[in-house]
Amino acid sequence: MRNPGGLLGLGLLLLLMAVALLAPVIAPDPIQQNIAQRLQPPSAEHWLGTDQLGRDVWARVAHGAGISLRVGFGVVLLAVLLGVTVGLLAGTLGGAWDNLLMRLTDIFFAFPSLILAMAIAAALGPNLNNTIIAVALVSWPIYARLVRANVLALREREFVEAARALGASRIRLMLRHLLPNTLTPIFVQASFDVGGAILTAAGLSFIGFGAQPPTPEWGAMVSETRSYIAEAIWAPTAPAMGILLTVLAFNLLGDALRDVLDPRARD
Amino acid sequence: MFSYLIRRLFFVVFVVWGVTFATFFIANVVPIDPAIAALGDNAREEQIREFRERYGLDKPIWQQYLIYMGRLLSGDLGNSLRTQRAVAEDLKEFFPATLELSVAAFLVTLLLGVPAGILAALQQNRATDVAVRVLALIGGATPVFFLAVLLQYVLARQLDLLPVQGRLDGFSIPPPRVTGLVGLDALLAHDWSVFVDSLRHLVLPAFVLGSFSAAVLARMTRATMLEVLAQDYIRTARAKGVGPRAVILRHALKNASLPILTLLGSLLGGLLSGAVLTETIFSWPGIGRYVTQSATSLDFPAVMGVTLLVGLVYALINLVVDLLYAFLDPRIRYA
Repeated sequence: MRNPGGLLGLGLLLLLMAVALLAPVIAPDPIQQNIAQRLQPPSAEHWLGTDQLGRDVWARVAHGAGISLRVGFGVVLLAVLLGVTVGLLAGTLGGAWDNLLMRLTDIFFAFPSLILAMAIAAALGPNLNNTIIAVALVSWPIYARLVRANVLALREREFVEAARALGASRIRLMLRHLLPNTLTPIFVQASFDVGGAILTAAGLSFIGFGAQPPTPEWGAMVSETRSYIAEAIWAPTAPAMGILLTVLAFNLLGDALRDVLDPRARD
Repeated sequence: MFSYLIRRLFFVVFVVWGVTFATFFIANVVPIDPAIAALGDNAREEQIREFRERYGLDKPIWQQYLIYMGRLLSGDLGNSLRTQRAVAEDLKEFFPATLELSVAAFLVTLLLGVPAGILAALQQNRATDVAVRVLALIGGATPVFFLAVLLQYVLARQLDLLPVQGRLDGFSIPPPRVTGLVGLDALLAHDWSVFVDSLRHLVLPAFVLGSFSAAVLARMTRATMLEVLAQDYIRTARAKGVGPRAVILRHALKNASLPILTLLGSLLGGLLSGAVLTETIFSWPGIGRYVTQSATSLDFPAVMGVTLLVGLVYALINLVVDLLYAFLDPRIRYA
């Protein structure tokens, strides 16, 4: 694999997963306050310093890794499930169903994503799971379009015709013949979307529509510590770097996957 | 072409109708009772009943939707529960600020993204190219809100180069409102100091908002230019002695403009979403900040109004992109 970017992305992702899994072992309590130790610069005791409540920033960043990964994967998993179902149904059923489902997709495509996600998050009540649902609800249309376009192309191919001639049911046709052949573009799109979902969700948390304090979510951490930036620049910078590196990892992976799996789209 | 335009306009109407349906649905699955939200927990039974009757909340949901649509068609977006004003009035007041910011950010996107992408493609694998690619990767992964907080601190507070927030300094007298775009209004009033002041306020938020899309655009421009530059007609143009500048601008960029245009459409839509974060941080009095404040206080008429407006703008942008497409590519003919 001659792809230094992809390797860097993979390395970063593995590192993040390790931090997320080992956070309880390698980092102290992320919620524990110690006002006497507030806004301390990075030191041997507090690797990334402390915040305005004297909480250890490294502990919060490390525990936040798992939250961001869960949000990113959760959003994309939900969006893929929803989008693939809609796209498969539209592509195989055709006719009026196709029309109805794709117009629904168009409407969701036309939505300003962050504003819609904010409205949904506000309506459902601000917490992490609702953020995942809200962002997924604005992310699925791309998968519906991808899958439908692929299904339409595949439907005319001989192996599908053969399966149909042999009496395969519609459901069998969808799940055994059409779905497996649309997985590659879905996979490439999904790897880019994990990063995008993490950015959107962090933005929602930043303005108060996501994870609530004292949850060590990175976007919420930047928001809580931003007014102390003059005294403790490490406090908002550390979680922001967490977001940056995570999103970078998924974007690099996405680039590499596209090059390997879909050579036509190479840039 | 004409029937294509009609079909596309019909589609815009359809999408906006879909947006009303979806926002109405979202606003009505709220687990929180709007009557209690507006009147407080200690509201008496008859107060709540009266509130429900006044806002039609006692009727079945499909009837509520019909009433809402009827009002909407006559331009009535309802009243904001928070500002106690007509939502349409609020939007009229706050939208120009967002338009000003988005257009400025779009210029940042275009002026940074396209030249950077072209330069990188021409210098493929050399230092400039590597620098552009690294910057674009970082720009595409940086949370907008952190960039805003950081630049606000460094450029505005530490170095005192630019104002921290708002559209004008406290001592600048706003120009008479004509378009609602402060800079333009200042020009119309021949007020140079206010014009300069408004530009100074615009620079930082516009750069912050435009940086992400500039990064995406630079990557895309580079990739497209590399593809185009490898084509036979470029080699032909060069062989027949066309100067390097003309090859790049007239032959390469023109052919690269279609994919760039498609991306620009979706980036412009993304700017409207990104404005929510940017406006909140820079206290920019636009609909982004308005919708954040409205959503925080569960003011759904206001949230629905903004969503509808942005949905409409979004649909119109897509329409314009499609029409420009037909204009730029003579092969596309719409029956």
